[in-house]
Amino acid sequence: MRPIEIRDVSLIYETPAGNVPGVQSVSFQIAASEFVCIVGPSGCGKSTLLNIIAGFLTPTVGEIRIDGKAVTGQGQDRGVVFQDFAQLFPWRTALGNVAFGLEMQGMEKNRRETIAMEQLGLVKLEKFAQSYPHHLSGGMQQRVAIARALAYNPAVLLMDEPFAALDALTRDDMQRLLADVWRKTRKTVIYVTHNVAEAVYLADRVVVMTPHPGTVKTEVLIRLPRPRDPLSVEFLDYQRQLLQHLGQHAAAG
Amino acid sequence: MTNASVHIRSARRAAITLLFAAAVYETLARSGIFAAALLPTLPQVAQTLVAMLVDGTMVWHVAYTLYRVIFGFSLAVAVGVPLGILMGRFRAVENFFLPLASALMPIPSLAWVPVFILWFGIGNTTTILIVFYAATFPMLLNAWSGVRAVNPLWLRAAGVMGASERRLFWKVIVPGASPFIITGLRQAFLRAWIAVVGAEMLAASNWGLGWTIFDAKEFLNADVMLASLAVIGCIGFIFERLVFGSLERITVIRWGMMRAAKD
Repeated sequence: MRPIEIRDVSLIYETPAGNVPGVQSVSFQIAASEFVCIVGPSGCGKSTLLNIIAGFLTPTVGEIRIDGKAVTGQGQDRGVVFQDFAQLFPWRTALGNVAFGLEMQGMEKNRRETIAMEQLGLVKLEKFAQSYPHHLSGGMQQRVAIARALAYNPAVLLMDEPFAALDALTRDDMQRLLADVWRKTRKTVIYVTHNVAEAVYLADRVVVMTPHPGTVKTEVLIRLPRPRDPLSVEFLDYQRQLLQHLGQHAAAG
Repeated sequence: MTNASVHIRSARRAAITLLFAAAVYETLARSGIFAAALLPTLPQVAQTLVAMLVDGTMVWHVAYTLYRVIFGFSLAVAVGVPLGILMGRFRAVENFFLPLASALMPIPSLAWVPVFILWFGIGNTTTILIVFYAATFPMLLNAWSGVRAVNPLWLRAAGVMGASERRLFWKVIVPGASPFIITGLRQAFLRAWIAVVGAEMLAASNWGLGWTIFDAKEFLNADVMLASLAVIGCIGFIFERLVFGSLERITVIRWGMMRAAKD
């Protein structure tokens, strides 16, 4: 397992109205197998930062290192789950979607389908292996997307508000499922959300970002045993603490 | 409502329309207002059609026409799909080919027939090239639009999963653009089918459905003309409904990328 370093990363958007800093001088490290949530209001640059780590955007300054090696562009050392259900390939079954990354590695059909089936088992969707995405619910589609991102065994899983478009009950189920998947795989995860309760439920550590410009305001370690009880006093304390960090900014801004 | 009953109902409605049109025609043909040689009755047309099928001439006419249309259409697909996709992917290719397409597209394919006859003579080469000309543009433009309509998330996801440009093309862009590509195939075939009949009238000799109609005019064989027209309509219908309809059902409709037509 490999640690990740974000070193002094800045990205400036060039717009007709002038240069707008998306993120400014962001630095932090993520240990191997750590689950890190990045929280912040919209416009704080959290998704921009994730897109830089994924290789979709190139930072104006700074670099990302995975296991000491600077990353450029996209690559199989990272798995990405987006918010939009439409991320799955509609012309492939659930199994075909999950096997895609392995297929790109040139793995032979039987082997990659065996592995893809195991991954679908991890998100409890073996029964739907032959279903096309449009026959699956939003929550199921996101589970397929998680299995797809894990199937080729990347060093880190990047998740951009994967459950934000789900209804509240499904979201709770999905959070439990993700916590379970993480416990089993011990994958390094960087998870972007604007939902404070979700961050406290999932993360080892929460990175709080604030906008204009997008910078890291503080970090909060969540020292709670798992599985976590969202109604416990300690849980609510962490939630309040995070909200204060975010709220202070709102008051100042 | 079940699928089967929907099919039966729409088939019944189509039959009613066609029967009505046939009845109007038959009444006119028998009324004696027009010369019988110019307006043969439907049984006469049917008789001629059967005779032409039995002696094999109609089969050969159809075979020639299908050969030309499928050859020209295949060429159009082989050029239109890759070029349309490249235009959608690369600005330089788009900048180069789009003005060319815009300039050539409004010229009716039949307007080229005399020119092509001068260049290539009468026969298969000219008819096939006319078909190719007619079918290429709808194919090209739909493929081009299809690529631009591919969800960028699919490209990102595939890129993260290590897809090379070649694999991206076959495994993501082609299926991702498939609703447009199938529409392009449909439109291209329709244009090809219209063009082949016209081209055969001017640039074919001895065989082909278009040629038969033109040739029959010389001998006032209205029954042969109408029989050929019926065959042209039937083959066009079969391709539209059975070939492209089925292609749509087993791909984009099955994948939920396009809905089946509502009844």
